[in-house]
Amino acid sequence: MAVETRNMRKFLNDPSQVVKESLAGLAAAHSDLVRYDAAAQIIVRKDAPKRGKVALISGGGSGHEPLHGGFVGMGMLDAAAPGEVFTSPVPAQMLAATKAVDGGAGVVHIVKNYTGDVLNFKLAAEDAADEGIKVTSVVIDDDVAVQDSLYTAGRRGVGATVLAEKIAGAAAENGADLTKVTDLVKRVNDRARSFGVALSSCVPPASGKVIFELPEGEIELGIGIHGEPGRRRAALGTASEVVDVMVEAVVTDLKAKRGSKVLVFVNGMGGTPLLELYLVYGEVDKKLRKAGLEPVRNLVGSYITSLEMAGASLTVLELDEELIKLWDAPVHTPALRWGV
Amino acid sequence: MDAATITSWMREINVAVRAERDHLVQLDAAIGDGDHGTNMVRGFEAVVQALDADGGQPPGKLLILAGRTLVSTVGGASGPLWGSALRSGGRVLGDQPNFDGGQLVEVLAAALASVKDLGTASVGDKTMVDALEPAVETLRARLAEGVALDRALDDAASAAETGMRATIPIQARKGRASYLGERSVGHQDPGATSTALIVRALQKAVGQGS
Repeated sequence: MAVETRNMRKFLNDPSQVVKESLAGLAAAHSDLVRYDAAAQIIVRKDAPKRGKVALISGGGSGHEPLHGGFVGMGMLDAAAPGEVFTSPVPAQMLAATKAVDGGAGVVHIVKNYTGDVLNFKLAAEDAADEGIKVTSVVIDDDVAVQDSLYTAGRRGVGATVLAEKIAGAAAENGADLTKVTDLVKRVNDRARSFGVALSSCVPPASGKVIFELPEGEIELGIGIHGEPGRRRAALGTASEVVDVMVEAVVTDLKAKRGSKVLVFVNGMGGTPLLELYLVYGEVDKKLRKAGLEPVRNLVGSYITSLEMAGASLTVLELDEELIKLWDAPVHTPALRWGV
Repeated sequence: MDAATITSWMREINVAVRAERDHLVQLDAAIGDGDHGTNMVRGFEAVVQALDADGGQPPGKLLILAGRTLVSTVGGASGPLWGSALRSGGRVLGDQPNFDGGQLVEVLAAALASVKDLGTASVGDKTMVDALEPAVETLRARLAEGVALDRALDDAASAAETGMRATIPIQARKGRASYLGERSVGHQDPGATSTALIVRALQKAVGQGS
């Protein structure tokens, strides 16, 4: 079945099967690292459960690949529960993932702050507790584009999710206990801030239509990761001008001490090539140094995406010696690999 | 009213969300992420199948089965919210084989309470509560005035539709639309819209039975 509409040409057999077929493909490509439980629709680390190790799981809508399935493996997640495109998974998936990875030392749920994700993870955590599994949950909410107030559902969880999964995953691999691993996820969330910009919209396979129309010469500032429109629309400026907005938003909110060491995560939204992401990184690096911060680690690439959206997000994490050590620790997953 | 009323209510919802699927997607694309119509169709399709496979239970148990099915098939926010709502409503009826208008009010009131509790939303936040709460209050008031059940349900469905339209000028304070701030103004809330369909479906289902 060829799938083509006026708005899209996609590699699809049947739009309703896109998530399942993609997960099966991920497992086929990385059978040394992960397995795919098709009945439960979860990706599980090949050697899970690991006796005595704290396990980490995450989940959320699909369409953000490699998040989360691509981060399952040594030194990061133990399982991922992917929902339909841009739709949170159902509690049965998180429960199945929790049971599949519990090695007796407890399971940490890393939840991005979106109403659907929060509600479904909450129900799953209650079910897991009923079955006698120790579960802690941390909600990631690093997006400074949303005012955290009574008037919103709170800040969204975006780029800090990847950094928290890597850093807390390393600690769990080293034998840290449930409290320590949970606190590390919280610490990364507390010390990280993000801001995203869209240069184009994206097309969910099920609807075949762009989520929003962007008039010529305009960009969306303050986007999340579900193709939802941003906080406001602005004229497309030079890369330097757009990065000014991103850095200003993040730095103002982070309030790090002058001279602080930071990790800079320049993330592509799916449709922006590395050619441009490195250009953006160069601008960010310069401007952060001018603002008195010292980038000592970085991650540049498309790791938490919105289908084929063009755009980028910036996440800045204030580091300390412990976080640096855990960031540098070995990781071996489909999407992140070093030190092995 | 009995188990057949619940089954026909779920069937009417399925027909309605199917017919309005594209409209719900369109409303959700404007201020959310465009999956609401698809999710509701997937959920109520599964509910109808579950009831077909597992009939012969009392009405309360059917509502609990419907709620459990929604939680396990929909995802997003609407899955847990409507799933918990129907489960809470079903628990009110226990194992009894029949229920009257007064008990129907209690079922809907329990559903509303569970949505407000889980979603921490109130009227005016631009959510499904804006349609559900006026429907429950109207049904309770009309029945107390001695109005016949089918007319009272018609008024409740109209109240839900009025509440749905009232979401257009307000700024969202809960759910994904709240991220847009002022830009959510001028759009009808998709959750309130599907809620109005669900209340209207109840009126049709009860009408068929009488």
